[in-house]
Amino acid sequence: MCGIVGLFLKDKSLEPKLGAMLTDMLVTMTDRGPDSAGIAIYGGSAQGQAKLTIQSDQADADFAALADDLSSALGAAVTLHRKDTHAVLTLPADKAADARAKLADLRPGLRVMSDGESIEIYKEVGLPKDVARRFELSSMSGTHGIGHTRMATESAVTTQGAHPFSTGADQCLVHNGSLSNHNNWRRKLKREGIRIESMNDTEVGAAYLTWKMQNGASLGEALEGTLDDLDGFFTFVVGTKDGFGVVRDPIACKPAVMAETDQYVAFGSEYRALVNLPGIETARVWEPEPATVYFWSH
Amino acid sequence: MQTIDLATQSLRELNATLQAQKDQTNATSWEILNPRGAHAIAVGLDAPIEVTVRGSTGYYCAGMNKQATVHVAGSAGPGVAENMMSGTVIIDGDASQYAGATGRGGLLVIKGNASSRCGISMKGIDIVVQGNIGHMSAFMGQAGNLVVCGDAGDALGDSLYEARLFVRGSVKSLGADCIEKEMRPEHLEILRDLIARSGVDAKPEEFRRYGSARKLYNFDIDNAAAY
Repeated sequence: MCGIVGLFLKDKSLEPKLGAMLTDMLVTMTDRGPDSAGIAIYGGSAQGQAKLTIQSDQADADFAALADDLSSALGAAVTLHRKDTHAVLTLPADKAADARAKLADLRPGLRVMSDGESIEIYKEVGLPKDVARRFELSSMSGTHGIGHTRMATESAVTTQGAHPFSTGADQCLVHNGSLSNHNNWRRKLKREGIRIESMNDTEVGAAYLTWKMQNGASLGEALEGTLDDLDGFFTFVVGTKDGFGVVRDPIACKPAVMAETDQYVAFGSEYRALVNLPGIETARVWEPEPATVYFWSH
Repeated sequence: MQTIDLATQSLRELNATLQAQKDQTNATSWEILNPRGAHAIAVGLDAPIEVTVRGSTGYYCAGMNKQATVHVAGSAGPGVAENMMSGTVIIDGDASQYAGATGRGGLLVIKGNASSRCGISMKGIDIVVQGNIGHMSAFMGQAGNLVVCGDAGDALGDSLYEARLFVRGSVKSLGADCIEKEMRPEHLEILRDLIARSGVDAKPEEFRRYGSARKLYNFDIDNAAAY
């Protein structure tokens, strides 16, 4: 069991409240997944700049002087904004790939959670309310975001095993369920040059979508592909720079509820997660159909 | 009318209060406010009381119901009225997966749509759905009636024993050992009664009947090689 929440805003006036609304939804899903929590938030971008969200178990040591060290190594300006065990590095977009390589040399203990123009990912082991507080999630603004509360089944309870997973720029995925052919796909996707860093089944799902999209598929087409190629139980919610998608496997035993108004599209593993959203009483509320791709974009 | 507000009272208080009602209670009418998708609302009731839930419920609302009438003025999450023994459960909106699962008696009315596995392993319950039902509905159904005014999804009645399935709209596909059967006068009579009691807008003659071909009842020696 796990909990998923997602919120895609149509009404710009709600953007400053995205973090607060998503945090409330996330905490409501605590009893579906009390061991870890994470959130991906699309907080807007600056022209020509990329953001790398990094995490370290020795954040004090690893983050000290990192901006300067990386700036020297890249020959470009780098800023670092720390939040607890995570930090967001902002640097010129054309240096993003180089920065990943340099970071591995400069601070071998660091993990890169996400990279892209807009995405930031924060995830840790612990109760959702504690994770949310550590990263001040409720103060964040953005256009859309997805969150996950984890009850682990397929791999260890670690930061690296928490969701969301990001395997491509500005892409992320959260999952409720378990995949049964992930080892085979991990080997295949690694051969195809897709970056996969854990033994977690969900990361393979994320990497599958990245691979499909690298080969020209739209997000909608990539999601359609999961129905043929991935075996197991899944409700996936995915984010891209300007989009938000949902797909459930054909058996559809993992729960899902959606709500849409003129102001937003929302996803929850249960209706409980949606009850505090504005106008929920009059929203269109429905259960997404099995084996059907839903997708919204700005 | 007694009112229990879940914004100020706990779910345990609610269920303990309702479960304490006896056959002879004078407090026959109850209203539950602010359900907000909570799980296990009004479960295990065993008295002829009427309970109205003002809003949508989470998992397992009205589970194991006996005698009581539970009316959800909203939609219901997974497993509504599971293992109901008797009484009536009415959902104004939609019901999520496995509505009425394993029910042994009583009447479940869903005025919207029901999703997958509606009436799975039903054992005597009557279920009437005004809208559509999802895939694998009435899987391994043993007794009772499932009436669907809309369409049925894939694999209707898979591995069915003796439950009767009535569908007015289309059936996407029939499950293993489920076949269409002749509609006889006694079936029209069952439908007429269920339509009247559930208050849905339909005529018995508009439905088709599906049931078990009874080919899976006994092991067929010709299939031995398949194992």
